[in-house]
Amino acid sequence: MANCSIGCTCNKLIKPVSNGIGSENPVLCHALGVCSALAVTGFVSTTLVMGGALLFVASMSTLAVSLLRNVIPHRVRLIAQMLIISMLVILVHLFLKAYFYDMSRALGPYVGLIITNCLILGRCESYAVRNTPVMSFLDGLGSAIGYALVLLVISLIREPLGNGTLLGYAVMPQGFMPIGLVRAAPGAFLAMGIVAWVVKAIWPDLHSAGHEGAH
Amino acid sequence: MMDSSVGGVAVILLAAILTNNILLSKFLGMCSFIAISRDLRTAWGMGVAVTLVTFTTALLNYGIYYGVLVKDAPLCGADLTYLTFLVLIMVIAGFVQLVEMVIERFSPVLYYKLGIFLPLITVNCAILGVNLLMIDSDRQFNLVQTAAYALGSGMGWLLAICLMAGLRKRLEYADVPKPLQGLGITLLITGLMAMAFMGFAGMVDI
Repeated sequence: MANCSIGCTCNKLIKPVSNGIGSENPVLCHALGVCSALAVTGFVSTTLVMGGALLFVASMSTLAVSLLRNVIPHRVRLIAQMLIISMLVILVHLFLKAYFYDMSRALGPYVGLIITNCLILGRCESYAVRNTPVMSFLDGLGSAIGYALVLLVISLIREPLGNGTLLGYAVMPQGFMPIGLVRAAPGAFLAMGIVAWVVKAIWPDLHSAGHEGAH
Repeated sequence: MMDSSVGGVAVILLAAILTNNILLSKFLGMCSFIAISRDLRTAWGMGVAVTLVTFTTALLNYGIYYGVLVKDAPLCGADLTYLTFLVLIMVIAGFVQLVEMVIERFSPVLYYKLGIFLPLITVNCAILGVNLLMIDSDRQFNLVQTAAYALGSGMGWLLAICLMAGLRKRLEYADVPKPLQGLGITLLITGLMAMAFMGFAGMVDI
């Protein structure tokens, strides 16, 4: 979030990236991509893989949509964007299945659900359809980094408390009883709610969130 | 494997609504849940629309998946499962578009009531989520079980969003700290709801 002030002074290429991380953070400012943010944050490893997958899909799809923005007729643009996004997600899915089979099992349906991650469609629809390819690519990249950072923070809270480990290594003192509730569904909601609360308490001038989530 | 007797199907239906609630235990459909849960009437409309679309597309996709995509399927011998994501989302998007056109043509009143929700439904991850979970190789649902699972999941989502709309109405008169307003308080309340729903755990399971 601290990048907010840097973004104002830097040149325009940095701006879309820093916006995505800071003042326009997709998860905390626009409540986009909340589903997977809750689902995969039980462990840091799954969070990192999900963040990487989203980084690839978001930046490539905004690039592709921007390159094709004058070719795709307005009426069918949503379907066309969905097609581009699902192609990229299939690539990610096959890659994970081939080289990281355990990770693919652990993430389950949430890899496929990147297709309906509103962050990606939101960036395609609100930015990439009327901006140049380079800027759109950077915009997608920035949003995905902002998303991944929020997820990382949540998983850094949830894995030690819920499982007593960090990236699989035991980090909590001897005799610590893992809190099952943090690993279960309510813990995800509460952890993310608290993260949103703390972030907004520290940076109050973030865009007001939640009330206008686009999808 | 589940038994497909009437009791077994009822168990799947109940489990999908309560213990394995698609929103409170699988986190699916959060975006529209946060955006549209401020008013009970709209929440109900959205919930009904989601239930209908989930149920129908799950049945359509079940037929396509086992009829065409899997290896040695009756209609196409080749293994086309790598196209699964693409086919599922296209069926959902196409179906929503079709429903929108039909409703617009035959019932303008209903169109004005549901119309705004229909485009949003395509990107509601609860629907794609149910479609992906029902073909999960660990479960091996048959057609009847799929129907029960899809219907139950949709009703579970409807239940969750209506409860949330009721809670948010009360929240309007509460003095919520400024940084917590919006996303924060919604997530905290959802967390408490999920905790309450954990009380159903052990009753039925799939």
